[in-house]
Amino acid sequence: MTSDSKAYAIEADGLTKIYGSGNTEVVAMRDASMNVKQGEVVALLGPSGSGKSTFLTAVGLINPPTSGRITIGGKLVLDGETAQTNLRSFRREHIGFIFQKSNLIPFLSAVENVQIAMELNGESKRSARSRAIELMDYLGVADRADNLPSMLSGGQQQRIAVARAIANRPSVILADEPTAALDGHRGRQVMELFAKVAHEQGAGVIVVTHDHRALDVFDTIYEMEDGLMHEHND
Amino acid sequence: MNLATKDIRHNFGRFALTAVGIGMLLMVVMGMGGIYRGVVEDATLLIDRVGADLWIVQRDTRGPFAELSRVPANLVYRAAAVPGVQSSREFVYHTIQRQRDGQPLRIAVLGLSWPTDKGEWVPLMTGRPLGQSHYEMITDKTLGMSIGEQLNLGKETYTVVGTTSNMISSGGDGIAFVTVTDAQAIQFDTPGEAVRLERAARESRGEAFEQAIQQPMMLENAGRPTVQIPAIARPQISAVMVTLSHGANPNEVTKTISGWGDVSVYTAEGQRELLLKGSVEKVRKQIGLFRVLLTIIAAIIMALILYTLTLDKIHSIALLKLIGAPNTVILGLIMQQALILGIVGFGIAYLVGQQLFPKFPRRVIIANADLLELAGIVLAISVLSSMLGIWKAMKVSPNEALS
Repeated sequence: MTSDSKAYAIEADGLTKIYGSGNTEVVAMRDASMNVKQGEVVALLGPSGSGKSTFLTAVGLINPPTSGRITIGGKLVLDGETAQTNLRSFRREHIGFIFQKSNLIPFLSAVENVQIAMELNGESKRSARSRAIELMDYLGVADRADNLPSMLSGGQQQRIAVARAIANRPSVILADEPTAALDGHRGRQVMELFAKVAHEQGAGVIVVTHDHRALDVFDTIYEMEDGLMHEHND
Repeated sequence: MNLATKDIRHNFGRFALTAVGIGMLLMVVMGMGGIYRGVVEDATLLIDRVGADLWIVQRDTRGPFAELSRVPANLVYRAAAVPGVQSSREFVYHTIQRQRDGQPLRIAVLGLSWPTDKGEWVPLMTGRPLGQSHYEMITDKTLGMSIGEQLNLGKETYTVVGTTSNMISSGGDGIAFVTVTDAQAIQFDTPGEAVRLERAARESRGEAFEQAIQQPMMLENAGRPTVQIPAIARPQISAVMVTLSHGANPNEVTKTISGWGDVSVYTAEGQRELLLKGSVEKVRKQIGLFRVLLTIIAAIIMALILYTLTLDKIHSIALLKLIGAPNTVILGLIMQQALILGIVGFGIAYLVGQQLFPKFPRRVIIANADLLELAGIVLAISVLSSMLGIWKAMKVSPNEALS
C-alpha cells in the first residue's frame, strides 16, 4: 500500500465481470479501472447495457467481479470474487447507496428510513433520530419526517434516500441515475448536494447518469461502452 | 427500531385478519382439549361424587359404567354383613329417552338408596334433596327443568324438587336422581297389555306342563301378577356401592367379597380406571388425533402466511441487506412477527373460547395445564413456521433491491 493510495476513496483495478460460461458467456465488464480521490465527484456515463451498473454494483460490494481488485479507503476488500472482509458490514460502515428509484422501506416513515441506517451501524435511537431530522432539515424535507414514503413526492423520496445514504458519513457514495425521477432543477440540486457532501466529508462519489445538464458539477467524467471504461477528457 | 412492529402497523388490517384466523384455528385446538377434559370430568364425576369405596358388580363384567351389569337386589344386605363394611347402597343407573315439548329428552336415571341416601351429597343449585320415597327427583340443569316441574315417566308423574349442575353421564346426558324403587319402576315399566299377554303366555305354557295339569293351583299362580309370584325374581340392580368403616382394610373386604362366585368387586379408583380405559379411551384417542392434525394444519397455515408476508417484504429485505443490515436483524423481523402472530392468535383463541365454550352442549374444560401446553405448542409452531420465511429471506440477494 503506497502513501498515495491512502488519498483514494476508491481504487477499482482491472475489474472484469463475466456472466455464464461456454456458449452463454457474456462479458459485462472488461478490465475496468477507476480511482476516485477523497472528496472527488465522478460521473459515469454510457448507453444502456454498457456495464455501468455492473461496475457500480461491483464497487458497491454487491456483485463481486470475476477478476480484479477493489480497494476502499486504502483497504483491499475484494480480490476477484474473494472477499477480504465481511462485505455487508463494510457496506454498512463505508458505503452509501442512492438509486434511480428512491428505494425507501415502505413500512417506515421518512425519518425512520434515515434513522435505520444509523441504528444498524450501532448508533443509539435518540442520536440517530436527531441526526436524521438534522439531515432532512438540511435537505428541506424535515416537515415530512413522519410521513410514509407513499405519501411523498418522487423528489421528496429521493432526498430522503440521499439523507439515508450520507447518514453514516460514508467514505464512498454510489448513485445509480439518482436524478432520473426528478425535474431538471431538482436533479441539479441533488448533484450539487453530492458535490457538497463529497467535499465536506471527503467522500468519493460515483454517479451513474444520463443527465448531461449537470455535468459541470463533476470533477471527473468516465464513460463506459461495451464493458470498457475510459476517462472522458472533453 | 423494531421493524416487525413497524411492518405490522403498516399492514395492520391484513395482520389483524390473519391473527383472527390463526386465533380461531387455535381456539378449535384449545376446544378439542377442553372437550376431552369435559368428557373425562363428566364420566368420572359420578364415581368421584357418589363417595363409594368399593363397587360390587356382576361377575366378570367391568361394572355399570363400562357395560351392562346385573346383580340381585338382596346383594346389598350380603355386602352390609361383611366385616369392615359400614354401609352398602343399591346402584341403579340407566338411560332413557322421552319426548318433552316435541323435543327428544335423554335422561340418565340414577337410583338413590332411600332412606339412607336422599341425595344430600348432590351439589344442589336450587331446591332440596329427596323428601319422600317416591315421585320426586333432582335433575341436572342441562335437562332444562325447574323446581315444581313435573314429568311423566312410566306410569307415574315425578316432580322436580331440586336442581344440580355438572351431573352428566359419560354419554353427556343430564342425570335425574330418584329413589332406587322409582328408578327400577321407570326401567322395568311394562304396558298393561304386555303384562296381560305375558300372563296369558304363562298360563299357556303351564297348560302344556304335566305338573300343572296334575296341580291346577299352579296354573292359578301363573295367572297372578308378577310381584305375587315367589318364583319370579325381583328386578335386579346395576351394582352395590360399599362404604367402608373407618380404619377397615379395603384389601381384606375386597378379598372377602371377591370370594363370592356371582360378583366382582372394584375399588372406586379401579372403577374410574376401567371407565377411562374403556369408552373414554377411544374418545381421548379420537380427539387427540384430531388435535394433532389441527395443530399440524395450524403450523402449515402459519408457515404459509409468514412465507407470504416475507415475500411481500422481499424488496425491503434486499434493501436492508444492501445497506448492511446483519442477518440477525432480518431473522428477528420475521421471527418476531411469527411470535406476535402466535401470541395474538393464542390470546384471541383464549378470549373467544371463554365466550363460546360455555355455549357448547357438553362441557369444555380448559385447564391451566392445557393452556400452558398449548402456549408451548404455539410458541414452537411460531418458531418452526417462520423457518420457511427465514429461509426465503436468507436467499434474497441485495441485488434485488436494484431490480
